[in-house]
Amino acid sequence: MTTATITQPDYNMKVVRQFTLTTILWGIIGMAVGVLIAAQLVWPALNFDTPWLTYSRLRPLHTNAVIFAFGTSALMATSFYVVQRTCQTRLFGGPLASIVFWGWQLVILSAVITLPLGYTTSKEYAELEWPIDLLITAVWVVYAIVFFGTMAIRKTSHIYVANWFFGAFILTVAVLHIVNSMAIPVSLGSMKSYSIYAGAVDAMVQWWYGHNAVGFLLTAGFLGMMYYFVPKQANRPVYSYRLSIVHFWALIAVYIWAGPHHLHYTALPDWAQSLGMVMSLILFAPSWGGMINGIMTLSGAWHKLRTDPILRFLVVSLSFYGMSTFEGPMMAIKTVNALSHYTDWTVGHVHSGALGWVAMVSIGAIYHLIPRLFGQQGMYSVALINLHFWMATIGTVLYIVAMWISGVMQGLMWRAVNADGTLTYTFVESLEKSYPFYTIRFFGGLVFLSGMLIMAYNTYKTITAEKGSIKPQELGE
Amino acid sequence: MDFATFNGLYTLFLIVIFVALIFWAYSKKQKKQFDDIANSIFDESQDLTNTDGENRKQSGVKK
Repeated sequence: MTTATITQPDYNMKVVRQFTLTTILWGIIGMAVGVLIAAQLVWPALNFDTPWLTYSRLRPLHTNAVIFAFGTSALMATSFYVVQRTCQTRLFGGPLASIVFWGWQLVILSAVITLPLGYTTSKEYAELEWPIDLLITAVWVVYAIVFFGTMAIRKTSHIYVANWFFGAFILTVAVLHIVNSMAIPVSLGSMKSYSIYAGAVDAMVQWWYGHNAVGFLLTAGFLGMMYYFVPKQANRPVYSYRLSIVHFWALIAVYIWAGPHHLHYTALPDWAQSLGMVMSLILFAPSWGGMINGIMTLSGAWHKLRTDPILRFLVVSLSFYGMSTFEGPMMAIKTVNALSHYTDWTVGHVHSGALGWVAMVSIGAIYHLIPRLFGQQGMYSVALINLHFWMATIGTVLYIVAMWISGVMQGLMWRAVNADGTLTYTFVESLEKSYPFYTIRFFGGLVFLSGMLIMAYNTYKTITAEKGSIKPQELGE
Repeated sequence: MDFATFNGLYTLFLIVIFVALIFWAYSKKQKKQFDDIANSIFDESQDLTNTDGENRKQSGVKK
């Protein structure tokens, strides 16, 4: 087809611009809180004896900010962009898209206020209290209406694979959020609520939610991003469209069962633990299907990595995705889990996925988007993108290697017993040994955060430059 | 039918569907269509100029 014959629909790019810029803003804030609490583990005085700044309150603020403010803003920006581009039609619902944007910012601000004040349901990744949960539900329904409405009025005969992943992410997160957040408030004037679940059922529902937040928000959603931006940036179609279909259905069918691996050796029935372990092992195959499909898209175009740091971000994110989806099933094996559970190894595993996969693929997608959204032919400085790439990679590696060593050491020290059956080490002894690694982790996080600041500067220079004044550049020019 | 039998049959049903999906996805008949869909993301106008809004104003292209 010749491009001249196609007229471009009047896309709604305003909401994409808004979400793209807030992705960078919330990324910096969420990661800065992460660096602060990493520093608190090395220098506890950094909580300044203030209740709002204690680790216990800032830790959920960090996780909520990076997952729901940074990650979900990135997903909303890219899903709105991709669904319009691939369906070749404007977003459905007119002003509804703006409601999604401002509603979601309100959710984030509520979290920023209530979490440091100590309001929490104490459910991991679902700490927000019931009034905010209701707001999330309302915004999410509007988001779903806009997204699926756009697919319904599409001008193309097919639905491109990226939209399948985005759609699965939107639908499943709605179900997960509603089921896990079922709670009864103490009174209508109170922020406090109690979950309608109790005991082992509560734990199972929580980790069914928790693991599928990983599976559908942090995996399926970002795979949707990958399936559009990797082919676009490499300027080659996806390696195997057939593989993408098979791996989509396999991934969403299997992920939902893997939650019990968070509850090995607890009060959860043994059969449920074993089922969770087996399903987690099976999950390895569809996970790697996505990674192989993404990386192989570059076959024949590997030389582009030499000159294109955006492509480096995308390809390295897929490598980290492959690594953490190999590590995950291994850690789900009960005997491995007996060593790794409750240690820093888990923290390292999460961050190899969160920094290496989620953040890097988002950063790559955003560098692809910003020039297109603000009327430029490239970012202000490709050299700065490359600097950001190296800082992100080095920061991630420092972080996860420190946590691996610290985690395995903790696991070994905690399980060591003397001949008479008493514990060889006290907990505090293992904590003391972890200090050097906490310091390395802090520096890794600081390096990663500094890269985000470089990105903010590069973005600022790009969007304030005169329209069309920035020409495409290659590295080393 | 007791619960265990139902579960067994249901699992079997899902396996059959999944195997059928693989055969469908990898059948020769679908190949061309899938290639077209995979290439569809490059069918957009003015994509490489990246100045969508500007160009539209200048060329007067609407909707």
